[in-house]
Amino acid sequence: MASLHEVLDGKSICICAGSGGVGKTTTSAAIATGMAAQGLKVCVLTIDPAKRLADSLGLEELGNEARRVDPALFEEQGVEMKGELWAMMLDAKATFDELIARQAPDEESRDRVLNNRIYQQISSALAGSQEYMAMEKLFELHTEGGFDLLVLDTPPTRNALDFLEAPKRLTQFIEGKSLRVFMKPTGLAAKVTGRGVSVALGVFKRLVGFDLIADLAEFFNAFSSMVDGFQARAKRVNKLLADPETCFLVVCGPQGEPIDEAVYFHRKLVEAKLPFGGVIVNKVHYPADELHVEADDLPATLAEKLGDEKLAKRVADNFADYQALAERDARNIDHLASELRTSCVIRVPYLDEDVHDLHGLTEIDRYLFATAEERVEMAAGRA
Amino acid sequence: MIVTGKGGVGKTTVAVALGLRAAAEGKRTIVCEVAAQENASRIFDHASVGFHEVEMEENLWSISIDPDESMREYVLLQLKVRAMRDMLFRSRIFNYLAAATPGLKELVTIGKIWELAQLDRKVKSGRKYDLVIVDAPATGHGVGFLQTPRTFASIARVGPVHSQAQTLDRFITDHEHTGTAIVALPEEMPVNESVSLEKDLRDEVGVAVDRVYLNGLYPERFKKDEAERLSALAENGDGAAKAAARAALSEYGRAKSQRQQLSRLKKGVSAPVKTLPFLFEPELDVEAARKLAGKLG
Repeated sequence: MASLHEVLDGKSICICAGSGGVGKTTTSAAIATGMAAQGLKVCVLTIDPAKRLADSLGLEELGNEARRVDPALFEEQGVEMKGELWAMMLDAKATFDELIARQAPDEESRDRVLNNRIYQQISSALAGSQEYMAMEKLFELHTEGGFDLLVLDTPPTRNALDFLEAPKRLTQFIEGKSLRVFMKPTGLAAKVTGRGVSVALGVFKRLVGFDLIADLAEFFNAFSSMVDGFQARAKRVNKLLADPETCFLVVCGPQGEPIDEAVYFHRKLVEAKLPFGGVIVNKVHYPADELHVEADDLPATLAEKLGDEKLAKRVADNFADYQALAERDARNIDHLASELRTSCVIRVPYLDEDVHDLHGLTEIDRYLFATAEERVEMAAGRA
Repeated sequence: MIVTGKGGVGKTTVAVALGLRAAAEGKRTIVCEVAAQENASRIFDHASVGFHEVEMEENLWSISIDPDESMREYVLLQLKVRAMRDMLFRSRIFNYLAAATPGLKELVTIGKIWELAQLDRKVKSGRKYDLVIVDAPATGHGVGFLQTPRTFASIARVGPVHSQAQTLDRFITDHEHTGTAIVALPEEMPVNESVSLEKDLRDEVGVAVDRVYLNGLYPERFKKDEAERLSALAENGDGAAKAAARAALSEYGRAKSQRQQLSRLKKGVSAPVKTLPFLFEPELDVEAARKLAGKLG
């Protein structure tokens, strides 16, 4: 059973992907903390961390740039920090604006794009822009940031897959080859494409109203000078994602739906030839057989030890409920491991308390960076 | 009734539970999923329903609203001629424009929800529903989704879409007929998000927030003094008794910290909060949803 140490050895990028509500942000922060503690200079890029977690990392200030987490914070928690932990909260709109400024040949083209209504929609509201910008920032930090490892917490999409597909949709939109040619009033393509197109355009205008089309045309005109730059950059970003130094970790929960989602997402990663590292299952109930526990005659034993039959029954019933959840989790995780054909399935137990501080993160790290045997032992110690 | 909330909080289960309850009261009800999700059919253990109104139980239907299908249906209703619609959809430019127009997919999705809610259905021989329940996309996108009609009405200042977008906006913000429910979990982040979601729904979108459901609340099975007695056993006991004592303490701890989140939620939102119990069930199926239906209040 591979440990997270082995999986991340020699990697410079770690991307945590998964559907919403499975603890991606916490997991990303814990991985970054753990790797930094071992001596690396690590930066975690996160989208929208819980306020208390952000506060505990000293991230209350926004600003779309990486900040170092104060080493004194680790000392307070009794954590030995050999490396450096940096963190940033990604602001997709600001990143998009920076990118436009970078790619624009002059101020006038830049402002034409930034002031365009279609651009404002795309950069702040269109599904896909967050994902695209997360990868952009990742690329920028990778080439210019001087970090040993970048950990990316992916945006909270409903579908893990959106993360992979949304940027492609967005670039297709931005490139908009067919449309750009067509928008030029006297372009050759307009003559070639002919009547079918003008009917289609006519109907579309009738449906959505004329000025939207005008805005689109204006957008593509303003944007045309930057398209080549965007394309070149997108290619380099894609190359970076497929690089052997990049590692995708799938994060999920132990219930049927997130497990299915993880299986599906893994398949898509493999199809896209992206480097899969392993899967982290959060909030797992460890079953009793793994903990070397026999549950026979439990109510009687408990009654004897507690001297209270009613309480004993409630404790036994509660235990049975927990065991049922543990059995479900074990079944689902077996299914996951066989579908993914991976030796790296890391189960993080359902801790008794929500995690939103450095102490909690280091608690998770004990599991993330342990071997499978050590994890079972630890879970047995706390069950 | 629009059911909103962060991802992974159990929106679909609550939407289905609301549907089951309404159907049991004799209301013809349809549960709509958006963005081609099929989580409700999964709960019913039913094959994918797709863009069809499929009967799940007496008085209860389900549909998965695919934006592309909605677009086809919408354009057909506008053009009235099937051949012309088909020609249009074969046109690359048209498809490109449709895909490139920000918010158009969301707009036609809401359009379909509106259509389902009409007593005078636009779709030929469409069934009449007393209640349409929407399993809305996860927040982040959630408020944006409901704001689409207004955004659209302001971008497209003329044409049929302009007036239709206005109709949809009035439909969503009609407090008499349209309401929303927020689903939350008793954890730090989901509670924070629900508080800001309620504010955004009220102030920015202008919809009525009728209720906040706090889903997955652990029961308070043990009292403080019992927990103290159990910690001794968890420390010094062995075997199953020790493991059972630990499980009990874990339940006690979770139930307690969840109560703190519950009180934070109650302080943070102005809509009434209703708690839904955590179900110790391996998978959330229709029977689990039925249990919740009895507790919706």
